[in-house]
Amino acid sequence: MAQHDSTYKPGSRLEHWMDERLPIMRMMHGQFVDFPTPRNLNYLWTFGGILSFCLAVQIVTGIVLAMHYIPTADMAFDSVERIRRDVNYGWLIRNVHAVGASMFFFAVYIHIARGLYYGSYKAPREVLWILGVLLFLLMMATGFLGYTLPWGQMSFWGVTVITNLFSSLDAIVPGLGTKIVTWLWGGFSVSSVTLNRFFSLHYLLPFVIAGVVVLHIWALHVVGQNNPTGLDIKTKADSVPMAPYAVMKDLFGLGVFVLLFAWFVFFAPDYLGHADNYVPANPLVTPPHIVPEWYFLPFYAILRAIPSKLGGVVAMFSAIVVLVFIPWLDTSRVRSARYRPLYKWFLWFFFFSVLALGYLGGKPAEGVYVAWAQFFTAYYFAFFLLIMPIVGVMETPSAMPRSIAESVLGGSGQPAGATSAPEKR
Amino acid sequence: MKEEADLAAQTEDATRRDFLVVAASAFAAVGGAATLWPLIQQMNPDASTQAMASTEIDVAPIKEGQAITVMWRGKPVFIRHRTKTEIDAAKSVDPSSLPDSSARNGALPESAPASDANRTKAGKEQWLVMVGICTHLGCIPKGQGLSDVKGDYNGWFCVCHGSHYDTAGRIRRGPAPRNLDVPAYSFLSDTMIKIG
Repeated sequence: MAQHDSTYKPGSRLEHWMDERLPIMRMMHGQFVDFPTPRNLNYLWTFGGILSFCLAVQIVTGIVLAMHYIPTADMAFDSVERIRRDVNYGWLIRNVHAVGASMFFFAVYIHIARGLYYGSYKAPREVLWILGVLLFLLMMATGFLGYTLPWGQMSFWGVTVITNLFSSLDAIVPGLGTKIVTWLWGGFSVSSVTLNRFFSLHYLLPFVIAGVVVLHIWALHVVGQNNPTGLDIKTKADSVPMAPYAVMKDLFGLGVFVLLFAWFVFFAPDYLGHADNYVPANPLVTPPHIVPEWYFLPFYAILRAIPSKLGGVVAMFSAIVVLVFIPWLDTSRVRSARYRPLYKWFLWFFFFSVLALGYLGGKPAEGVYVAWAQFFTAYYFAFFLLIMPIVGVMETPSAMPRSIAESVLGGSGQPAGATSAPEKR
Repeated sequence: MKEEADLAAQTEDATRRDFLVVAASAFAAVGGAATLWPLIQQMNPDASTQAMASTEIDVAPIKEGQAITVMWRGKPVFIRHRTKTEIDAAKSVDPSSLPDSSARNGALPESAPASDANRTKAGKEQWLVMVGICTHLGCIPKGQGLSDVKGDYNGWFCVCHGSHYDTAGRIRRGPAPRNLDVPAYSFLSDTMIKIG
């Protein structure tokens, strides 16, 4: 892992004994205690820790819910109601799990936006970024599979619409798409069989996510963290040890995040869901207005903006896949948008476009909503495919500090009183 | 001379070894692929699902202008007793001018044109039988109930993404790529239909 000298000193004889056989304590100390962290990280850098917390919460509450949930078409809806009404503290655990999914996506969107703004995808962090895109995809798959489990109307029709996306392949090879959809369903329609396999996969994927998170953190600790200036750590003055500085900041950020989380759990547990999902699934009645969970709305808007079935599906998946290529699409040598006067505005308008697409995805697909969705979809792709390569070449970056330390302390980057920070770095 | 002999032996060994490596790897690859197949195939519809392949319906109680929905293979099937006006409207359309010019009738080949005759049974034109699932993304179109919105062509209207179907269940406007599917069915008697 990262190249720095671990200050780990085994204390007791047991620690010595262990250190010679499996130096796990040495590794943990090196990676999570004295790991050099840029001294200028802001609160946007606490979302990595927050996301790890979210994953742990979802796994723990999910395992508990699986002890009470019954994955059959007859029993699923009732068993979720039983969890909410009869199971001891079931109301709390279910609310934490359902709200937790939303909080997880809320945090991941901020985490991704942070990476975009400060150029965290650029060399040497390409693999780190691509692993992140993979994690985002896995989260989307897990969130989608999980939303089917309560087996309400939105669950049922959400699965129907989303699995039917694959039938668009019929436009390329006739019959192939239908074959894939039948294979996914295990029948000729969405049924109990489908629910059962989705439950199995919903239980599996979080552990796959956990595995990829380990790779994500590993890649992070090889190249080191980016920071608001986008500069590399050059001297010891640019960094502080992870513990206690970054750890304490992470914990404070997490504390504030948990306040928001708890507010939803206790005061508005259903606010982020859809009322129609409290109607049991009925294969004969489609709700008049099918919408996915809020965190999928921007992509749903892109799907509906294209007036062709296959085209819409291709656009929706491309909207995520394009992220894999941005380390090479962005031609600027400056990482942080802070020092990119022109690009900055395009980027803010990109963030606005994603929010606008989210709003439009929740509206019916007709009239002016479609036209606006098409406009913002066009900008979404133009931002990555045109603006990133072109602006990077055209733009003159603004003046940058010479080092991370200078950006924090001003002047030459030397602390006013060198002894004012007596801790060992 | 000895060196040359060694070299020859090595080359010969290498060739034989290459053959063994390729043969063994190929065998393992085929075995691995064969093991994968049951794991993929288990997800396809099982025997009990396949067994529920057909259903019988008595259509005598359906009055002219009315429609019913029955279940077949877990999917809704629309059966509409069409009025004279609806049949005439469906017949007056030139199939080649439609977005999807194929009849989509399970009993006919793919190339059959989407004429009204090809979507119904001869002599039984008042009965329109088709799978009531929008070919866009699988919603159930509105138009079965007497008070439902029926779209601009007086047939069915899918509220999810705005597809309009006419009185023969053919797509006329909207994102759906195909006409509603007509399943293979037959009249067992004058009023008894067997689907599948």
